[in-house]
Amino acid sequence: MISVQDLRVKFGPVEAVRGVTFAVGEGSSFGIVGESGSGKSTVLRALSGLNPDWTGRMTIAGTALTPKRSRDFFRRVQMVFQDPYGSLHPRQTVDRALSEPLLVHGMSDIDRRIRQALSEVALPAAARFRYPHQLSGGQRQRVAIARALMSEPEVLLLDEPTSALDVSVQAEVLNLLADLQDRRKLTYVMVSHNLAVIAHLCPMIGVMQAGEMVEMISAEDLRAGRTQHPHTTDLRRLSAELEEA
Amino acid sequence: MLVEIQNLNIMFPSQHGLSHAVRGVSITLGQEKLGIVGESGSGKSISARAILRLLPPAARVTADTLRFDGIDILSATERQMRAIRGRRAGLILQDPKYSLNPIMTAGAQIAEAWRNQTKGSKKAAREAALDLLAQVQIRDPKRVADAYPHELSGGMGQRVMIAMMLAPDPELLIADEPTSALDATVQAEILRLLEDLVSRRGMGLILISHDLPLVSHFCDRVAVMYAGRVVEELGAGELLQAKHPYTRGLLECLPTLSHPKLRLPVMARDPAWLA
Repeated sequence: MISVQDLRVKFGPVEAVRGVTFAVGEGSSFGIVGESGSGKSTVLRALSGLNPDWTGRMTIAGTALTPKRSRDFFRRVQMVFQDPYGSLHPRQTVDRALSEPLLVHGMSDIDRRIRQALSEVALPAAARFRYPHQLSGGQRQRVAIARALMSEPEVLLLDEPTSALDVSVQAEVLNLLADLQDRRKLTYVMVSHNLAVIAHLCPMIGVMQAGEMVEMISAEDLRAGRTQHPHTTDLRRLSAELEEA
Repeated sequence: MLVEIQNLNIMFPSQHGLSHAVRGVSITLGQEKLGIVGESGSGKSISARAILRLLPPAARVTADTLRFDGIDILSATERQMRAIRGRRAGLILQDPKYSLNPIMTAGAQIAEAWRNQTKGSKKAAREAALDLLAQVQIRDPKRVADAYPHELSGGMGQRVMIAMMLAPDPELLIADEPTSALDATVQAEILRLLEDLVSRRGMGLILISHDLPLVSHFCDRVAVMYAGRVVEELGAGELLQAKHPYTRGLLECLPTLSHPKLRLPVMARDPAWLA
């Protein structure tokens, strides 16, 4: 579904992503972990079309991606960001936020689609005419996910979708993402710094350090400790140490 | 006792009357490390801030006892409070990007905090700042002392913040989510550093966080807060023996590397927990 080959992104003289290659099958999830500045989010932003300054080869569903993307691309590929408070318009109701993608893509049956989307992300119908500040953090992230689903995309790009949430809410959102993937055969690329969260949702994981993908490892090998690169071993050890407590 | 809190209640006026944010919290702290864990809105931050009387003016605070080293916080004068805040008790906040002064070098900020408490020349303050930076394990104290906050990484910024709070040699350190903005590797380093400094100087530490396993790793005791109450208090090693369903729920809904689950258990909140 998605293939990225030798992706490079430069910010001025600094090469933030230095030749990253990976592929994701249809209906599967690929996770990218790494520390701040490792280039993980930059990969996602190049893939989503938010950053046109890249070189390499990227395809989604067989179509090669160009720096400028078509309207159809933005219908098929959607992104969910870390902080739903920052990504929702503070003075627009949920109804407005959800109807916008439909208007942009000229889709009909707006009322039914919004009702369906709200129930799909398990939000009460009453949330439809609320403003973001009237919702809890978890509800806001559900709205952001619902908005991403409005255009009926095939690919969701998830940038730290649960890092700003409490652990109990994180569990709900991760379950929701798993259900949606099952139901809609979505393909996910998820970025996070939390190894346990990534391994929960993604069977394949790429570990990034200083702009390079230093290791590609299955969640199973990661859990079993069959790591190859010292950076992966370090990250895994830290994560495991805290679990023992 | 360094901190004594009995039956602390904090209320905020809202559109529908008073909202009761902290309900009868009792905490005592000596020279030890106490963790306070809870989710957003559980009242963990404001409970700790009440010790420094750092709440919004609208907050209504009542308590049977609220004392810092014997000083009654509720009746203390502003002057008495100033002698506590930033001198005898320091507060470390989540994100150094927002809590450091952006137009002062790191060294100047630490020196200022030091001169606040100790009378000394500019030169002595600078020396003290360099020494403190070395204590928080910064390899090149001179370079960092001359750097502005935006020139520092998150981990370095947090070390500067800690150095600044240690400058007046406080007895109590309150760290409010000190590592939530940092990477996992840096997070562990900073917490280990805090733990080490606190034990070595014989200080009291209150570590506020939403991360239960992390906190129990670094503290002697953990108080779990839910909806304004302490629902359970645990020794650090007793995490797995937690009895309250909320504490158990917090632990179970975490994805882990060691015990993969197909589906994460979701917390069923019992209204009885509020009673």
